[in-house]
Amino acid sequence: MSDVARQAVADRLYFRRRIVNGVGLVFATLSTGFGLFWLAWILWTTFYTGISALNGKLFTMMTPPPGDEGGLLNAFAGSAMICLLAILIGAPIGIAAGTYLAEYAKKSRLGEAIRFFNDILLSAPSIVLGMFVYTVVVKQVGHYSAFSGSLALALIVLPVVVRTTDEMLKLVPGAMREAGLSLGVPQWKVTVQILYRAALPGIVTGVLLALARISGETAPLLFTAFDNQFWSTNVAQPMASVPVVIYKFAMSADAGWKSLAWAGALIVTLFVLALSLISRAILLRNKVSND
Amino acid sequence: MAASAESLAIAQSDEQRARRDGRKDRLFRRTVAGAGVFVLVMLAGVALTTLWGGREAFATFGFKFLVSSEWDTIGKQFGALAPVYGTLVTAAIAMIIAVPVSFGIALYLTEIAPTWLRTPVASAIELLAGIPSIIYGMWGLFVFVPIMGKYVIPWLNDHIGEWPLIGPLFKGPPLGLGMLTAGIVLAIMVIPFISSVMREVFLTVPTRLKESAYALGSTTWEVAWDIVLPYTRTAVIGGIFLGLGRALGETMAVTFVLGNVHRLSLSLLEPGNSIAATIANEFAEADSEIFRSSLIALAFLLFVVTFIVLAIAKLMLRQMERKEGK
Repeated sequence: MSDVARQAVADRLYFRRRIVNGVGLVFATLSTGFGLFWLAWILWTTFYTGISALNGKLFTMMTPPPGDEGGLLNAFAGSAMICLLAILIGAPIGIAAGTYLAEYAKKSRLGEAIRFFNDILLSAPSIVLGMFVYTVVVKQVGHYSAFSGSLALALIVLPVVVRTTDEMLKLVPGAMREAGLSLGVPQWKVTVQILYRAALPGIVTGVLLALARISGETAPLLFTAFDNQFWSTNVAQPMASVPVVIYKFAMSADAGWKSLAWAGALIVTLFVLALSLISRAILLRNKVSND
Repeated sequence: MAASAESLAIAQSDEQRARRDGRKDRLFRRTVAGAGVFVLVMLAGVALTTLWGGREAFATFGFKFLVSSEWDTIGKQFGALAPVYGTLVTAAIAMIIAVPVSFGIALYLTEIAPTWLRTPVASAIELLAGIPSIIYGMWGLFVFVPIMGKYVIPWLNDHIGEWPLIGPLFKGPPLGLGMLTAGIVLAIMVIPFISSVMREVFLTVPTRLKESAYALGSTTWEVAWDIVLPYTRTAVIGGIFLGLGRALGETMAVTFVLGNVHRLSLSLLEPGNSIAATIANEFAEADSEIFRSSLIALAFLLFVVTFIVLAIAKLMLRQMERKEGK
């Protein structure tokens, strides 16, 4: 082959590689635009429709019958109670289990097994967790209750807190443990009074992330906490929650209900986004101060 | 004499304290270990109770429960085929869209974007994962479904609907609701999960490898395709399975846009059903024991499938961690 022909082949090859590269890079950039596009669109719809549905009655009136005007007060109160109770149940167990993984089990076989199955629980479909609580609690008691809803949500809180606690305790330098133990402080006291204090921002972040996850969670509440049109603070009875009310109202044909659903959706979205921003900020600050 | 009695007392109290500390240490250890085992108990509990709750359906219909698409709430005949099919098809559509897009996003955020832009864009994409799924559902139903029904589906009918082989998939009524819409909404939901795993593992590729390839004259795309991707292959597959597990189990978003019709149809534009949507829609109205049992049996099936998918994801990701020497 002559030099000229060889050069022509090389040029063609080079040209093709550059085309492939160009197409690939454009594709990657467009993909990112694609992702951001949906984010912007969904947030825009939620804000735009939600804000026009906002008014003072939202926080002062109960969920109305169709055709009437009203607010979401009982749903907000119900959500707050159900979620708080879920955190109170799930977080302590999660912190304890995370402590076991980081401080005692470490890389043992049992520890690795717990980590493995905890990660599966973390991504398990929430509706199945609701079904589990329904079968174990609701069916045995005979009626829906806010408490069973909290139990279902606690199952979502648990793996999130286990994982963050485990990871945050692992970040605490071993020298701290050794310093405490060498002074004759028993291990439980080292853990509770030294390690928890050092890992506190991380553990709090885990709890906040868990709260963010459960405050918009709908599926497991459908057949545990169910719904209640009226004000209720009795955790042994059905209770309204914002996501379930949104679901019910959005699926209806009533315009007033639909607009309330959008207002609720806006509040839930704002709350969840604020929580995730706050937990990010805590983590970031913590990282800087540790360096 | 007095001094030795005193030191004896001190020694005794020391011993007492050591014993008390030891007791408390053991108690603490047992408590936290109990909490750790509790996680395992819960997961086993979920599997066993849903199997137990579904026993009536499994016993009555036997194997037919899996292969029958009949869903007759009055005649009390239940088969899981239609919802299982819907779950698999919507998840498949979601993965077909989400996997390449997530790869693109991860590539953009690790190789292409200017450094100052990377963190904010990555955070924004991750915000998508934080939006509650019911918001996706409402947006899907009120904003996306009308657009699908008015513009996208008529276009698909006219253009792709006549093609051989894949034509029938894209032929259907312009309802807007259906498998394709649900699959697209699911794709939007799982993109942040897959892309953040991909981005993280792409960052673990040693700079030495990439720069060697660049030094030999590789283009950015060639580095991504021939160096980064092969190096991170197992973890990338793990991330994809993680997204798949999410897509299979997602409930609210799908419930809003799937149409909830128990019917098997080839067309992706017809309304359908999925396991999670069926349970969410019908459980409160289930009026007979066998109906409820069938729904719990569906939950069991869903749990088993997602468990397997997530276990594969976890194993793949763990292999990558080993490689990094963690």
